[in-house]
Amino acid sequence: MKPLVSIVGAAETDELGKLPHLSAVELAAQATRSALADAGLTIHDVDGIASAELNPVDLADYLGVHPAWVDTTSVGGCSYLAHVRHAAAAIAAGQASVIVVAHGESGRSYVGQPPWRHTPGGLVEQFEGPYGVVGPVSTFTLGAVRYLQTYGVTPEKLAAVAVAQRRWAEQVPRAQRRDPLTIDDVLNSRLVVYPFHLPECCLVNDGGGALVLVSPERSDDFPKRAVQVVAAAEAYDSPTAAGLSDVISAPVFARSSQAAFAAAGLTPADVDHVMIYDAFAHLPLFGLEALGFVKPGEAADFVADWQTAPGGTLPLNTSGGGLSYTHTGMYGMFAIQESVRQLRGEAAAQLDRVETSFVQGVGGGTFTAGASLVLCRD
Amino acid sequence: MADRLSPVPTPETQPFWDGCRQHALRIQWCDNCQAHFFYPRVSCPRCGSVAAVRWVDARGRATLHSYVISHLKAPGYEPPFVIAIVQLEEGPRLLSNIIGVEADPDALVLDMPLEVDFEPRGELAVPVFRPAQPTAA
Repeated sequence: MKPLVSIVGAAETDELGKLPHLSAVELAAQATRSALADAGLTIHDVDGIASAELNPVDLADYLGVHPAWVDTTSVGGCSYLAHVRHAAAAIAAGQASVIVVAHGESGRSYVGQPPWRHTPGGLVEQFEGPYGVVGPVSTFTLGAVRYLQTYGVTPEKLAAVAVAQRRWAEQVPRAQRRDPLTIDDVLNSRLVVYPFHLPECCLVNDGGGALVLVSPERSDDFPKRAVQVVAAAEAYDSPTAAGLSDVISAPVFARSSQAAFAAAGLTPADVDHVMIYDAFAHLPLFGLEALGFVKPGEAADFVADWQTAPGGTLPLNTSGGGLSYTHTGMYGMFAIQESVRQLRGEAAAQLDRVETSFVQGVGGGTFTAGASLVLCRD
Repeated sequence: MADRLSPVPTPETQPFWDGCRQHALRIQWCDNCQAHFFYPRVSCPRCGSVAAVRWVDARGRATLHSYVISHLKAPGYEPPFVIAIVQLEEGPRLLSNIIGVEADPDALVLDMPLEVDFEPRGELAVPVFRPAQPTAA
């Protein structure tokens, strides 16, 4: 299968967590310098740069790069998956040769951090904002009660999502939440928004990551074996929670993943490792069902049977994910990074055999944007 | 309650907010599609028509589609309180608060009938929903 584009460099910031000594742009720049070093390249090789909330022109200039191509697609946490897709098209069209996709977010310390967009008179601000909505935590979570009741999912089984991912995070030194966690621990934690307890909601901290992308024709010319992007897809839906056609599934997950599987000529049975963007504990359940790993309504039993945990049949969110590894606000970059590490054999909780990894991202205050990548070992 | 956020209408949504101030839940109807839609906009999101779209008053009856009980502070709100997706009898869904009921899962039965009420927000008012009174047979 012919790759779309090759990942020849990948890195995260030196540290994750509370980093008030680093601004958002420096978080992205630090990760970019490390990713370029990983690829054996320098800033002088870069002619394209993509970032989301952070203006890519600002980041480029800060790094000393004056690029010929930028992508500032900002559709929430899956923006970086979309950037990879756009970069693949740009490289194939000859618009750029070395593209850096960079994320830096001071999501906790808010140092040099662009504010969340707030538009008086905007759609979400008019029709959701007046009701005590304080962000995605109030709206992303809205379909969960109906999902849980439709399929008879108990609080214990929702809690199992957080527990399964913590079992991975226990093996990952950089994970921000690493203490052993039980279902009782989750259910005895404070409710943030019913039915979600604190460990069922993602972390919010500081960090960054970057990827270096080149044409597959050049992918043998770099120090490390490339990770090949063999398919990429995007899908978009309503920015409002009430505007989604269905609240107990994730239509954007289904649409982008089906397009990616079709483009790759693969099925869920071909996938060795999965990352599903987990801002809240129901997202992996919606994702497992929408991506076709299990049938609708079966994901909670699958997770509660520890099939996605260490030793299970489908390793999912093996860094600990947004719930336990890190979540800066726009987590998608970290999902891609873990897939790259697994495919390179560099992960902290390294799996024995990973040929194909599927990354599913989401973005917005609800299931507004979906983006999927299929990554393979070269 | 005085601190709760007020919506900022735009020219296209002004008729909706004017309706709320008069305690009318004004939504839109497309003659082509024979269907209602929400939120307010100039063209029908199903067929794209501008000419076929008109304003109508919804009956104000809805059901509880899904919800969260927020334990987070928000301007003018004392947690816990209920944020919900309600489904209007006419079809469209909207985000709102459920009032007149305990913020307790046992009291919040999915698909329970609701009726609209209006909560003042400065010069404006926003639609909220409460459990429907039993209708006379």
